[in-house]
Amino acid sequence: MLNRLLSHDLPRSRWLALLLVAIVLVLALTPFVFPGTRALNVAAKVIVFIVLTASFDLLLGYTGIVSFAHTMFFGIGAYGIAIATTRLGPTWPALALGTACALVVSLALALVIGLFSLRVRAIFFAMITLAVASAFATLASQLSDFTGGEDGLSFKVPDALQPGTSYAADPVLGASIDGRLLTYYVIFVAAVVLVLLLLRIVNSPFGRVLQAIRENDFRAEAIGYRIVVFRTLASVISAVFATLAGVLLALWLRYNGPDTTLSFEIMLDVLLIVVIGGMGTIYGAIVGSTLLVLAQNYLQDLMKLAAGAVQDVPFLSQIVSPERWLLWLGVLFVLSVYYFPSGVVGRLRALHVRRPDHAKR
Amino acid sequence: MSDKALLSLAGVHTHIGAYHILHGVDLEVPIGDVTMLLGRNGAGKTTTLRTIMGLWPASAGSIAFDGRRIGGPSGDADGSTDPALRTPEIAALSIAYVPENMGIFSDLSVAENMLLAARSARTVEQLDRTRLEWLFGLFPALKTFWLHPAGKLSGGQKQMLAIARAMIEPRRLLLIDEPSKGLAPAIVQNLIAALKELKRTATTVLLVEQNFEMAKALGDHVAVMDDGRVVHRGPMAELAGDEAMQQRLLGLSLAAHA
Amino acid sequence: MTARLDARPLALVAGLAFVAWPLVGSSSTWLTLTLAGLAMGMIVFIAASGLTLVFGLMDVLNFGHSLFIALGAFVATSVFAALAGEAASTSVATSLGLVGVAMLAAMTLSGTIGLAFERVIVRPVYGHHLKQILVTIGGAIVGEELIKVVWGPAQIALPPPEALRGSLLIGEATVDKLRLVSVAVGLVVLALLLWTLNRTKIGLLIRAGVQDREMVESLGYRIRRLFVGVFAAGSALAGLGGCLWGMNQQIVTPQIGGQVNVLLFIVIIIGGLGSTLGCLVGALLVGLLTNYVGFLAPKATMFSSIGLMVAVLLWRPQGLYPVVNR
Repeated sequence: MLNRLLSHDLPRSRWLALLLVAIVLVLALTPFVFPGTRALNVAAKVIVFIVLTASFDLLLGYTGIVSFAHTMFFGIGAYGIAIATTRLGPTWPALALGTACALVVSLALALVIGLFSLRVRAIFFAMITLAVASAFATLASQLSDFTGGEDGLSFKVPDALQPGTSYAADPVLGASIDGRLLTYYVIFVAAVVLVLLLLRIVNSPFGRVLQAIRENDFRAEAIGYRIVVFRTLASVISAVFATLAGVLLALWLRYNGPDTTLSFEIMLDVLLIVVIGGMGTIYGAIVGSTLLVLAQNYLQDLMKLAAGAVQDVPFLSQIVSPERWLLWLGVLFVLSVYYFPSGVVGRLRALHVRRPDHAKR
Repeated sequence: MSDKALLSLAGVHTHIGAYHILHGVDLEVPIGDVTMLLGRNGAGKTTTLRTIMGLWPASAGSIAFDGRRIGGPSGDADGSTDPALRTPEIAALSIAYVPENMGIFSDLSVAENMLLAARSARTVEQLDRTRLEWLFGLFPALKTFWLHPAGKLSGGQKQMLAIARAMIEPRRLLLIDEPSKGLAPAIVQNLIAALKELKRTATTVLLVEQNFEMAKALGDHVAVMDDGRVVHRGPMAELAGDEAMQQRLLGLSLAAHA
Repeated sequence: MTARLDARPLALVAGLAFVAWPLVGSSSTWLTLTLAGLAMGMIVFIAASGLTLVFGLMDVLNFGHSLFIALGAFVATSVFAALAGEAASTSVATSLGLVGVAMLAAMTLSGTIGLAFERVIVRPVYGHHLKQILVTIGGAIVGEELIKVVWGPAQIALPPPEALRGSLLIGEATVDKLRLVSVAVGLVVLALLLWTLNRTKIGLLIRAGVQDREMVESLGYRIRRLFVGVFAAGSALAGLGGCLWGMNQQIVTPQIGGQVNVLLFIVIIIGGLGSTLGCLVGALLVGLLTNYVGFLAPKATMFSSIGLMVAVLLWRPQGLYPVVNR
């Protein structure tokens, strides 16, 4: 049964399976195991990023398309419900409408981009998506009437999900049963469903054709698969999932602005996760997101400690300053690309294979 | 006819990705003569030339030029530990390569193409005038289109340019890949005439060809390839005179091939 | 060389300027905008020329090119700070000299870091486009953070030297003195670049290598060494571009690289990857368009460049001057 749930794409490594189970369990039980808003926020961010990165993996790892426009769809989803609830009030129909509109816009854009990608070389395409994403971010911060501009939009969610709504007078196991908790589990369940769906997609005949195209598109075309169709479909599916991730994030934050979803930093985070986690695995997104978000939030604390220790050494103190955590992430990123090309998932899987068979390289 | 080999290949294998193209090529190219490399399509002739030039690494065996090892994994059969040379280094040993696609730089002028091939000249003015005149005599089109972009030349003219580039400076070895491919018979005759001129300079040439007429006219020695191996080696005269052998090795007879 | 030049893209530049004339209305404003556009175009061209050559020659996509631009800008701030006395001088010669020193310093540092960048970051990933994109982005991130370590994370003002402040009156148009200097520098760089590419053997090798790297190696040239040189030169030029950009913006932030990066990509895509002339035309078009649109409809500036890029790609999917590749 587990096999069918995971679409026959098992972790194939004892360690990986353990890691995944651990992550899922911790995420499921965070409100009770790690009390406090910070932990919950970190966990929610991990969940959202898992969906976002997994959808990017579909595009990059399975189809072989490099696109920097991914955050654009993320933003569209978030803005979709932000704008809808701001204008129509915090109701469920508003949420539904916002989500639907966001999906339609993403679909249309993804179609255009996907079709355009076939007219130009892959390298061109990567650069063009960079330009388009950049333009979109600028657009979002300029259309202040619509999007709240630089400041973004703060909005309310339906009462059931509002933090103020309490479902039980006393906290259970350390967590207060309120709208926030409900929201958390809505996001969690949604993410689980979406990831399983993605697994289903990449392991379907469609997914296999994508991989064939990634390996050798000439050959795939020669065999009879129309690359246009497959690539465009992959772009669209990837965009749709990213949009939904955006919806989830906005639901949690009850706020969205250009920097929350559209910044290049987020695109970099996604890239980092996919590379460190392992491309073309979907599980890589889970492991990578957890690592990155944890590092982002708790590494800085570590660095603060270290900075305190070397406070008086001029150059060193600057390098270890918690504000420069991106420096270390960057170094880790570069090292991962060189020495860790298959990511954590790949390494864990290789561990498992090497033991019985020494001849394999 | 000489016996000393300027270039020799021993047990050369080449893999391109997953494909095993050369299955142990043994070849000797005697100095000062023209050696023809014949064979059907897909026999591995182009691969052999590219492997000699270092464009594709030999996965096994060794390649030696003038007694000096230039290709093949180090520490192989002959126990040598010199690493294989890179393409520019191989070319710098005075080896000229005229690939199948001619390698003409279409955006550059004919003059600039020639200048590139002349390693000792920094500007067009520094090209050896005598040599240039000799080449103009063999390939008049070069003089006519001297300043024109090489891309504007006809197929035959491009081929002439490609060969002229290999001749702008004296070279110890020329590797030429199917120069007559796609050319009209009249042009092929011009080509043969030009290469005969080259022969007079006693340059060592390894010439891949499918055109047997050309092979007969120019070759001193011949090696026939099939399935990534050299299946026959010997004097050209021998093969030219033996129709049965031609039929067997090349699937053709002299009469049938105009 | 008598290769007939495909002049249509060049005509585009003139065409754009002419179309803008009636739209802008006033001739003097048009002149100011056009000169500003040309200056911007020149600066972007200088910064982008290295990027397009590096790609054309060795098929290497350097997403970290912006790092050298930022370096150049920051070096300029240090030079100006160190020579504050000269900056305050009212002598044109001193001011020009100061700018010259800043440019040289920017080029030297960027070029040197470029050499290191190529050795450490780029060389291990030849031939792998995806890895190149990832690794050069990573390198750029690390570099930008290191810039913040050395110069601090805040923005630094870069006012032009005293004698180059303000503008000149040419006819009825006001022209920034600094813009004039930028255009002049741009023209000099352009001339040097064109001369090197068309009149020297090294330039010949580069042009040939962009078309068919393998054949150039088969002719006996170590194109890898050439490449390192081109990479360093491209980085130095980027540094020069950054220096000029910073001076024109009068403010330098660590994000300056990222801001210009997108513009660079748009320009080299429009021009055609590997084509210097294309890069020039693309840069001029973007420069002019940005300035005209900035005047006519300021909110649409970013889109005008992208719109231009899309329009060009629909006309010529490989860019204005596609490089014929092996």
